[in-house]
Amino acid sequence: MSPNSDDVAIIGIGMHEFGRHDGVEGIDQGVTAVRRALADCGLNWDQVEFAFGGSKDAGAADTMVSKLGLTGLQFINVANGCATGGSALFSAYNSIKSGMFDIGMAVGFDKHERGAFRIDLASHGLEEWYGESGLALTTQFFGMKLNRYMHDYDISQPTLAKVAEKAFRNGSINPMAWRRRAMSEAEISESAMLSHPLTQYMFCSPGEGGVALILCRADKAKQYCDNPIYLDAAVVRSRKFGSFEVMAPHLSPERTDGPTVDASLAAFEMAGIGPEDIDVAQLQDTEVGAEIMHMAENGFCEHGEQEHMIAMGDTEIGGRLPVNTDGGCLANGEPVGASGLRQVYENVLQLRGDAGPRQVANDPKVAYTHVYGAPGISGVTILSR
Amino acid sequence: MSKQVPVAEGVFTWPSDEPRLIASRCTDCDNHMFPVQTDCPRCSGSTTEQVELSRTGTLWTWTIQGYPPKAPPYAGNVDPATFEPFGVGYVDIDGKVRVESRLTVADVDKLKIGMELEMVLDPLYTNDDGDEVVTFAFAPISSSTSGGNS
Repeated sequence: MSPNSDDVAIIGIGMHEFGRHDGVEGIDQGVTAVRRALADCGLNWDQVEFAFGGSKDAGAADTMVSKLGLTGLQFINVANGCATGGSALFSAYNSIKSGMFDIGMAVGFDKHERGAFRIDLASHGLEEWYGESGLALTTQFFGMKLNRYMHDYDISQPTLAKVAEKAFRNGSINPMAWRRRAMSEAEISESAMLSHPLTQYMFCSPGEGGVALILCRADKAKQYCDNPIYLDAAVVRSRKFGSFEVMAPHLSPERTDGPTVDASLAAFEMAGIGPEDIDVAQLQDTEVGAEIMHMAENGFCEHGEQEHMIAMGDTEIGGRLPVNTDGGCLANGEPVGASGLRQVYENVLQLRGDAGPRQVANDPKVAYTHVYGAPGISGVTILSR
Repeated sequence: MSKQVPVAEGVFTWPSDEPRLIASRCTDCDNHMFPVQTDCPRCSGSTTEQVELSRTGTLWTWTIQGYPPKAPPYAGNVDPATFEPFGVGYVDIDGKVRVESRLTVADVDKLKIGMELEMVLDPLYTNDDGDEVVTFAFAPISSSTSGGNS
């Protein structure tokens, strides 16, 4: 079946290694990612008609044109918290789908200070006393959401360590990952307890890196590459009343599904498929509980089934539904602007069959990404070849 | 002479021997919000009134802050040598609102979802005037002294 003119393909991908890169500015990591993406599809910068890009802490993306070339393209900065990369991709997708442009780019990069994110209260609409009192920490939210979830759905503490053990093992065979040392479940469980029930190695860390994707009208994609990957859905959703989200001084006793459920349902509807059709998935794993809970929120299992699935190895690279094959946020760290695009980068590699030692074995045809962040926002993509 | 001062005005009633959290109630849909806000995200209304919350509630979920938060914004002790972990939880108050709060207990064996708690004041630091700055926290109610919902 030949692609339609309003379908969208990813023709080039580029990444700057994730990790810590002293002396390398965040934006330069973005520029490197762009150059690698252009090289991947053999395009020149002056063929890119538009770009959406962003970072959280590393400056305005559009300033990179002073290094890449002042071609006059439309370049729009995106700032949408942890969904910055996903929002850039959503915007680029629609710019092509609308017929406005043929070739464009989504780029994200970042460079954060060490340690847990320092929350800018005012920019979140929060009062100073909330932070002064020791409450404004994302790590607390993750601990509390997971603690309640384990209580409600009988997820055990050893399962938490298994998720991190998988992440670092996958990271150990990913040359672009930050943390490439495999760790035992015992080492993970016995590391410092940061926010019960989560230990140090069960959390990802803010980090550095960049990712760029070159997108093209699907019916022209084969002019530029032999193996276009089609973007069948790109969705971003914010929270509804009653969901349990990060940075919330209060919750309502009325409970509603979070934005991940809404974004996932919308993406499956847009792509015309269901969770059973997904061959490989990258799910937001800010910490191990996030991966566990997001498996169910994205429709891949019922709440509580994760305990058995993880014990059976279902989410391993060789499993029934490989999850976070590149090591996820846990092994790659979280440069906020780039993190959602890293997931898409990995899925493109998997769908091309270019993922090397971490290539999933099920001849993947359809792949899924999910990013989540403050103040309760989720982005989902579905890719196919 | 040193005295206690609140971390901010308008968070809880002050001065008071039995301070209460100050919340907003939507006059259209009864949604309760903390801290005070003028608009209701449940019904999109914009008429709210201030209400004082009960001093007791039940623990809905919890964690323990095991490392010193970054300062700023945190105003309490961040010295790694003397930092003491503190509990954090969401406390369900009368089924109307769940308030995020410090907990006076930071022991995994003593924190249980569903346990009854009451509001207390928790010292954060001593300010330049020598006054003790306090925020709110919730503490377990021992079964013998439990007064139920006040």
